[in-house]
Amino acid sequence: MNSIMNSPVAKFALYATILALGILLPMWFPNYTGQMTVMWMMVVFALTWDILGGQMGYNSLGNIFFFGAGMYATGMVQVGMFYDLAEYNSAAGGGIFNFTFSQYFTGMAAGFVVAAIVCVILAVILGRLVFGLRGPYFAIGTLAIATVVGELVSTWELVGGGQGMSMPNYPGDLGEAKFVFYSMMFVLAICTFAFLRWLYGSRFGLAINAIRDDEEKAEGMGIHTLRYKTVAWSIAAFFLGIAGAIYGNFNNFFEPIDVAFPTTTFGIFMVLMVLLGGKGTLWGPVIGAILFHVIKEVTWTYLLNLQWVALGLLIVVTVVYFQEGIMGWIMRKKPTWFGIRVEGEKQRLGDMR
Amino acid sequence: MSSATTAGESIIEVNGITKTFGGVVANKNISLNVRKGGITGLIGPNGSGKTTLFNSIVGYHPIDGGSIKFSGEEISKFRVQEIARLGLMRTFQQTRIYGKMNCVENMLISVPHRKLGFWDMFASRDKETLERADRMLEFVGLYEKRWLLAGDLSFGQQKLLEFAMALMNEPTVLMLDEPTAGINPTLINGLIDRLKRANEEFGITLFVIEHNMRVIMNLAEHIYCLAHGEMLAEGKPEEIQNDQRVIDAYLGAH
Repeated sequence: MNSIMNSPVAKFALYATILALGILLPMWFPNYTGQMTVMWMMVVFALTWDILGGQMGYNSLGNIFFFGAGMYATGMVQVGMFYDLAEYNSAAGGGIFNFTFSQYFTGMAAGFVVAAIVCVILAVILGRLVFGLRGPYFAIGTLAIATVVGELVSTWELVGGGQGMSMPNYPGDLGEAKFVFYSMMFVLAICTFAFLRWLYGSRFGLAINAIRDDEEKAEGMGIHTLRYKTVAWSIAAFFLGIAGAIYGNFNNFFEPIDVAFPTTTFGIFMVLMVLLGGKGTLWGPVIGAILFHVIKEVTWTYLLNLQWVALGLLIVVTVVYFQEGIMGWIMRKKPTWFGIRVEGEKQRLGDMR
Repeated sequence: MSSATTAGESIIEVNGITKTFGGVVANKNISLNVRKGGITGLIGPNGSGKTTLFNSIVGYHPIDGGSIKFSGEEISKFRVQEIARLGLMRTFQQTRIYGKMNCVENMLISVPHRKLGFWDMFASRDKETLERADRMLEFVGLYEKRWLLAGDLSFGQQKLLEFAMALMNEPTVLMLDEPTAGINPTLINGLIDRLKRANEEFGITLFVIEHNMRVIMNLAEHIYCLAHGEMLAEGKPEEIQNDQRVIDAYLGAH
């Protein structure tokens, strides 16, 4: 089988190149470290959205909820471990209250763990509510969760209400902080990709694909559909929660509507990036996220005042004319590269991926 | 209308079930027994309530009254997945397969889920299951096509794939909704042969809805006939064939 994607040498070269670029780029272009941090976050967004949206056929518009939940969870832990949360937030936090080096990092470690666990628990509970909904109703239901929670948190004074919350300041050089957060986000993106690559190769991948293709049939065959759907969402929530926790610290500040639960920006971007790259594929979300982020930043730089018009145009063109995405398009043109067999070809046993 | 049917133990016992949709009575006081290890047929004109009865048995919708027992256990309150995991499986009249997955993947995810625990969700593809999938695809004659996307198969081939998926699930009872509909007439004999072999070699009890009289008379040992949602007649194939009420129902006199 002369399949490019299946050749081990090509695969190794690809992974090595990406890892090397991930490490070298922030050294070559230190001024863009912040941008590249956000880019890897976009990759996590797209990869986690695709678990449900691409592989399982459930278009969630509320995944961004877990991003915010992780952010708030880590914020509360990182501050609450050492100071009174209400007092900290009424004084508008950071700068006035100091965190030592060890306080900062132990708080962060604990905060990330709590953020991940809280998001998984929330996904399990909310899954019971929303997985009764199908198609557009699921999209609206999940969107409602993210929007409503954003509004509710705005009235929660303990975590700063609509004013938001300042995070502890990094106990050291700010240039160093950039690289620390970049590394965290890069490692998270790599871990998310590696985990999903393994997951889609297991029975789990087959089961959620079956749910996507025909959920009623899957039920009729005895597949534990609710169990698979809940776990799929929990996995997305887990990685999104950590992404939120890192971003909260990276941004040093967050508030409910625009940073923690931004349904109209990040919440929509994650859908668009997956569509652009090709949903239901492993590489599509990665390609879509990177391309989208670059396009977005270029239009922000060179088409200022028109950036939303350009972005809107990209959305319309993708959704109307290019739903299959980049990977979908390549797969249609060159199916044999991906091990998809077409009629008339001689085939052999056991070559699954 | 229920009576002592054929000799032997019943695996499905339906007792006086009724199902209405608004004002339409789709099934009225239906009783029947499916003999363990046998092949039972269900016939009736279009709209007589055959598929509704199938749907009721597999828990697709709640019934209005009556009882359904599977292996002696009351299942009328169970949901679709629970019933499927008990080993009572059905195929659909409008064939349903996972279109964007290839035939082998369709087979691999059709393993008997009653045997799987939580962590089995993450199991990798083992050789044994792969070989069983290959054997089953060979059994229905799709081995050569096994790497094609299921959605790219012809309708008849999809029906065969659906049958193979059902066998992969190791059911105790397999309920087939018009297995020969849409299949090339020259392939029908082969399919009848495979259904019989599934029954004899794998010991799967079959309960079959069929419109093709030649097929059902050839296949089933006991036949029930529905008309207008009611049980019209039952008996051996030759008894049904010569029953004036059945003939009238099919010719529209009823």
